[in-house]
Amino acid sequence: MRRKKWPFVYVGIITAITYIPIVLTVIYSFNASKISSVWGGFSLDWYGELLRDRDIREALMNSLLLAFLSCLCASVIGTMGAVGMHRKKSMANETVALFSMLPIMIPEIILGMVFLSVFSLMDLPFGMLTLVIAHTAFCIPYICSMVNTRLAGMDRSLEEAALDLGASRFRVFWDVTFPAILPGILSGAMLSFAMSFDDVVISIFVTGPTVNTLPVKIYTKLKTGVTPEINALATIMLLVTILVLAGSTLVGKIKNSRFT
Amino acid sequence: MDSRAGKSNWLLLAPLYLFTILFVALPILYMFLLSVLTRSQVWGVEFDFTLDHYKRILEPLYLNTFLESFRLAFLSTGLVMLIGYPYGYFMARMNAVWKKRMMLLLMIPFWTSALIRLYGWIIVFRSNGVLDQVLMGLHVTGKPLKLLYTYPAVVVGMVYALLPFMILAVYSSAEKMDWTLVEAARDLGASSFRAFLTVTFKLTLPGLLSGIILTFIPSMGLFFIADILGGNKIVLVGSVIQEQLTKGRNQPFAAALSAVLMILTVLMIRLYRKITGTSRLEGLV
Repeated sequence: MRRKKWPFVYVGIITAITYIPIVLTVIYSFNASKISSVWGGFSLDWYGELLRDRDIREALMNSLLLAFLSCLCASVIGTMGAVGMHRKKSMANETVALFSMLPIMIPEIILGMVFLSVFSLMDLPFGMLTLVIAHTAFCIPYICSMVNTRLAGMDRSLEEAALDLGASRFRVFWDVTFPAILPGILSGAMLSFAMSFDDVVISIFVTGPTVNTLPVKIYTKLKTGVTPEINALATIMLLVTILVLAGSTLVGKIKNSRFT
Repeated sequence: MDSRAGKSNWLLLAPLYLFTILFVALPILYMFLLSVLTRSQVWGVEFDFTLDHYKRILEPLYLNTFLESFRLAFLSTGLVMLIGYPYGYFMARMNAVWKKRMMLLLMIPFWTSALIRLYGWIIVFRSNGVLDQVLMGLHVTGKPLKLLYTYPAVVVGMVYALLPFMILAVYSSAEKMDWTLVEAARDLGASSFRAFLTVTFKLTLPGLLSGIILTFIPSMGLFFIADILGGNKIVLVGSVIQEQLTKGRNQPFAAALSAVLMILTVLMIRLYRKITGTSRLEGLV
């Protein structure tokens, strides 16, 4: 077939547009002027300001802890559940599977509203605990669907062979099933971590007066006005994202497995 | 399966069952219950059955908010479709090396915080900001356009946040497609446009539809985009729910609004399943 140029041009232009705000954020993070429409020369002041900002540092720590905890809980609950459901299909399982998927299918705002009212009904103290529960709820679907894909592609006779050779159920899981689904768990966990770290809508509803996550902090800052500090923070976060993505592609290349 | 296996299976399933019932199913049922209860004078609710909250949604003020949210969601989804469909389609036609490169380029903004990407648009749209300066420099306009806190700014923000979902959905269905079918259609004398419409478009339709669902549903809840890029001028259902919960302290009304939104969402997903014929929900993720 003839190769045409314009599809590349189209994709190139759209991609370039999507990078405009990102590139501008990076450029303006080095702007000495406080008024961000004016270029006041190169400076690293905002990075210094950022490092001195206690609130931001605390919020970052909270976000990392929250993403780690909810990712961990979701990985355990989601993986066990997916494996269990794969072994035996039933009406009850299908119903629970459907409900467990709901958190990522309905608009986030509904989930936030629901959690807020239920947590106040249960009299749970709003803070890290409520955040972890809420985030675990929307991380489980990512883990489940990634693990499910792996399980569907797995050769069941391997498990049966291990059972026939006298391995216990636990051994079979640990030596056969687990290594086969591990890539699914990892890519699900990576996605969960990113989603949890990025979440604003649900966090706003379930966070307490004393605990701030980074997105909630940025949101309140953006609502009150523009602070060039945010540029510096964005640049650092972008750098981390690129490093993580580059790292995982590299690992993927080394292991020669599919990168999802 | 022997009873021991059944027991170990239950141990595997127990956490998911417990969590889903306790923190997903029951809370959603509670939301529906809450929406027909009466708000108490101080804080909380009283167990008096009422349909007033649903009646209140039909008041012009709130009905307009729903319509406005739908209008914005339709507009954003339409634009995302127009921009994202060709993108995903062209990407699927690239060779393996370019596919990987584009995927990475697509993933970097996708994995960056949504708020931070929005912040970049503030720099662009602000009065005397980058866009104004470029347009004034090119003598397209004489004075700053003041695009920040306007409807177009919100639409750009929405499209920008949701575009990757559409691209990925279309790409994944176009990638699986058997391109020899298109060649066959061409060989049999179909024009390239006709071949596209009768073969390619039909085969990528599930991806397009799932992209539409993945854009339309979240777009009704993304109140923070309208908040940040639209100021307080554009009020969406999401903003009303948030306001009723925090400032209004009216949980039952917020629950009724959420319930309506939820029912609309479920109806849309059912429609998607009916059209594509897939009963498997995984198609959405």
